[in-house]
Formats: sequence, structure tokens, C-alpha cells
Amino acid sequence: MAGLGSVQVSLGASAPSSGSAVPATTVASRHSTLVRVTHWIITLCFFALLVTGAEILISHPRFYWGETGNVLTTPLFQLPIPSSRALVPTGYGYVLPDQNGWSRYLHFQAAWIAVLTGLLYGISSFFTGHFRKNLLPGKADLSWRTFSSSIAKHLRFERPGEAEAWSYNVLQRLTYLFVIFVLFPLVIWTGLAMSPGFVSAVPSAVTVFGGQQSARTIHFFVSLALVLFLFVHVVMVCVAGFRSRMRAMITGRAGTDTERT
Amino acid sequence: MKDISRRKLIIRGLAATAGVSGLGVAARIAQRYGLIPPDHGGIYGFGETLTYASQRLLTRHSLAREFSRSQISKRPLANEMPPLNEAFKRLQAGGFADWRLSIDGMVDRPASFSLAKLKSYPSRSQITMVQCEEGWSYIAEWIGVPLSHVLDVVGTHPQARYVVYFSIDPDWWESMDMADALHPQTFLTYGMDGAELPVGNGGPLRMRLPRQLGYKSVKFITHLTVTDSLKKFGKGLGSASPEGGYAWYAGI
Repeated sequence: MAGLGSVQVSLGASAPSSGSAVPATTVASRHSTLVRVTHWIITLCFFALLVTGAEILISHPRFYWGETGNVLTTPLFQLPIPSSRALVPTGYGYVLPDQNGWSRYLHFQAAWIAVLTGLLYGISSFFTGHFRKNLLPGKADLSWRTFSSSIAKHLRFERPGEAEAWSYNVLQRLTYLFVIFVLFPLVIWTGLAMSPGFVSAVPSAVTVFGGQQSARTIHFFVSLALVLFLFVHVVMVCVAGFRSRMRAMITGRAGTDTERT
Repeated sequence: MKDISRRKLIIRGLAATAGVSGLGVAARIAQRYGLIPPDHGGIYGFGETLTYASQRLLTRHSLAREFSRSQISKRPLANEMPPLNEAFKRLQAGGFADWRLSIDGMVDRPASFSLAKLKSYPSRSQITMVQCEEGWSYIAEWIGVPLSHVLDVVGTHPQARYVVYFSIDPDWWESMDMADALHPQTFLTYGMDGAELPVGNGGPLRMRLPRQLGYKSVKFITHLTVTDSLKKFGKGLGSASPEGGYAWYAGI
């Protein structure tokens, strides 16, 4: 809880109660340089992966379960969109332009950069105690009362108070932990499970999902979950104050928008 | 405050040192063991090189997954294809009796093989998956002769690094490194699911590399060249795929 203590100290120093301008030099960073840099690298990679992933998807917008699937087999479901390949019966009278070549090159390149950046973030965060101090909920946070009041605040789109400019609430902590330790590993794993080369060396990577097409289907749903996270994340940033939160993630300086007026 | 910044400085210093020395070591290993793909230039070269290099370190001897007979797809999909050319149609009319596979380049005994000759070599079969870059797949039993056997017959030179393979369609050619060329599951395939290999699936002769995506398994193979450099072939990117915007290495 040493981290929380230092947060409160800085909070006291930065609270604009006196109404005077607070010199920025006395204020600790809201987010460490490592968190800020890796956040924006991952953001860029995520957009690249999303666009190219959608581009690859439209070459075969059908999903299957098990090892194999193709236009001669029954799909689990098919997206009601046109395809970039004439092979797929979509019901549309036209075929979209094929952009798979560069999409695949960029998808894997962005995946490499995201994974390496994620590893850098993950490993250093264990050493600096970032996970323990900033993301792991405290004992008090896990009580039903804090939990339900946090949910209620979110449902009312209530603008968070000054304390939350410096520290994550319990829902944020749990969501970030879920994204970092469940969704990202799962999307990487299901991605690797589709690689014929990788699974030749590590067959269990794909067999645990019940087959290569199952892995592809799970990859799609985990990507959807990440897009949902991104959407809620951006909405919450706007609710909390777009400018202050962006400033905190870009420059490290925290505080509310009112501070500037 | 001073303690914190000193600790940060040490951590950052260590991270930077590890990063730089890691890159240096990686570059040295890549140079020595041929871990750089022919399409390493351009903006996607970084990702391609990482993929190819790490796969070669991880999968040099690994075997593609094989399946049980019950998992064979009931109707193996014959993918859409450009129309077959006149040369193919002529050979098809003759029941492929005059189909030839010629091998030249860095070999002791350049040769030309008939299908009957290829079928006289020890026959192998594998039940493996064809996985298309589009996302679909099927499983079939593939029957053929391991490429390594045919390469032994012609005697490849020790400095050989790649096998370039050509379809009867002049726009369709690929290449693979020796790790794939000598791999026990890389077949010159002439049969499928207990019968002759259908034309739709690449008959009469298809290269099969089950550890890479379907587009590396070129159909209608007529010619192989063993070489130590891919620079002289096409635009020097390794195969027709990178010239069309697709990765040379498709093990992903």
C-alpha cells in the first residue's frame, strides 16, 4: 500500500484547493514513461491489427468449429457481408478488392511489435510493482459495497472525482487486469494456433481449442471483446474528461480540466 | 526522489543494454544460419524476418500435425484456379503419360522424370491439412515421393540453399529453403485419398509442404532448380508470391 500512500501525498500537493497554479515540477507522474510509451505503441499496433484483421476476414467471412471448414462444409455462422474472394457464396453480386497481401504482412508485423512491447511492459511492470500497486485491487476495494457503488457510478456516467485522476477504481483495475492477462494472451495464443509452422512444433497450442478452425473462431470473438473494451475505454475517457486523461497518458501530468481554466 | 530516479536509470540502462545486445546477437545468428527471408526488404521486412528466423529456430525439424483417417474431409475443396493453358490440356489429353519433371541447377546429375519413374520410388503418404491464407481448410491423405528422395537421386551440391519449383503455368513458381526441401513431409504428390491426384487439387503432380499455407503447395509441377541464391529468379524476392504482395515464407 506504499504506492497508494505516495499517490495521496501527490494528490495533496496537486489539489487546486487554494486556487493558485500548482507548479508542475512538484507533481509526480500520473503514468510512468514506460506505461505511456507502451500504451501508445500498443494503440497503434491495435489499430493496424484491427484494420488488417478485418481485411483478412472478408476474404472468408465464415466461421467453423473443429479442425477444418470451407465453402463445402456447414459454417458455425457466416457474417452477412460481401467477400473479397469469388469462392465464397455471400449472396452479394460483387466481389470486394483483394487486399490480403499487405494486410497479412502488416498484421504479423504489428503483432510482433505489440507482443514485444507487451513483453517489455509486462516484465518491467513486475519489477517496478506497477501491477501490484496500480492494478491489483486492494482488500477494501473488493468489498461488495465499493464494488456496487463503483458499478452504480459507471451506470450513471458520473464524472469521477479528483482521487480517480490519480488512481484507478476497482472496475478499472479488474478490467485492465482482464485485458492484460486474459484477452491479450488469448488473442496471441489463438493467433499462433492458426500458424501451421508454429503448431508443428507446439501441437497442443491448437489441440486445446479443439482444432484450427475453432482457434480462428475464438480469435475472432476475442478480437471483438478487445474492440468492445476499446469502445468502453474511450467512452470512459470522455466521461472522465478527455483532455485531462489524454494529457495524463501523453505527458504524465494529471489533474482535472478545471485546473486549467 | 533521488533513489527512485537512480533505480529507474539502472533499470532503463539494463533494458537498453539487453535490447541492443539482444539485437546484435540475433543479427549474428541470423547471418550465420541463414535466417533472413528473401523478401526481407521493404517496410514489412522486420516482421517477416522475425517470423522466418524464429520459426527456423523453433521448427527446423518439427513435423506438421497428422490426422486420423476419420478426419479426412469428405469433399476436399478444389480451389478456384486460373484457366489451364494449352500445354497442360495437351498433356491431359494424353493421360499425362508425357508429363515430365526436370531438375537442374546445383545437382550432380540433372534429370527429367516421368510420373511412372516418380511412382517407382518408395511411396509415402500423410494425412495433413491444407490451410489457405483466406482462412478455410481441409484434410486429405496425400500420396507421393518425398522431395528429399528425388534430390538424393540427382545429388544436390552441399552449397545448395534453396529449391525453386515451377508450375506448368509460367506465372506460378515458388521456392523453399533446404530445411523444407529435406523435410520428411515435403512430397512430390501424385495421389490423394487413395486415388490419382485430381486436376482440381493439383494433379498430376503437386508440391506439398504441410508446414506452410496452401499457396506454397504449387500445383502442376514440371521443373525444379536447386540454387544457392534466389537473386536471379524473377525480381529476386524468392518467388511469385512476394511479387504479388504475399509473404515468401508462409509458415506464419
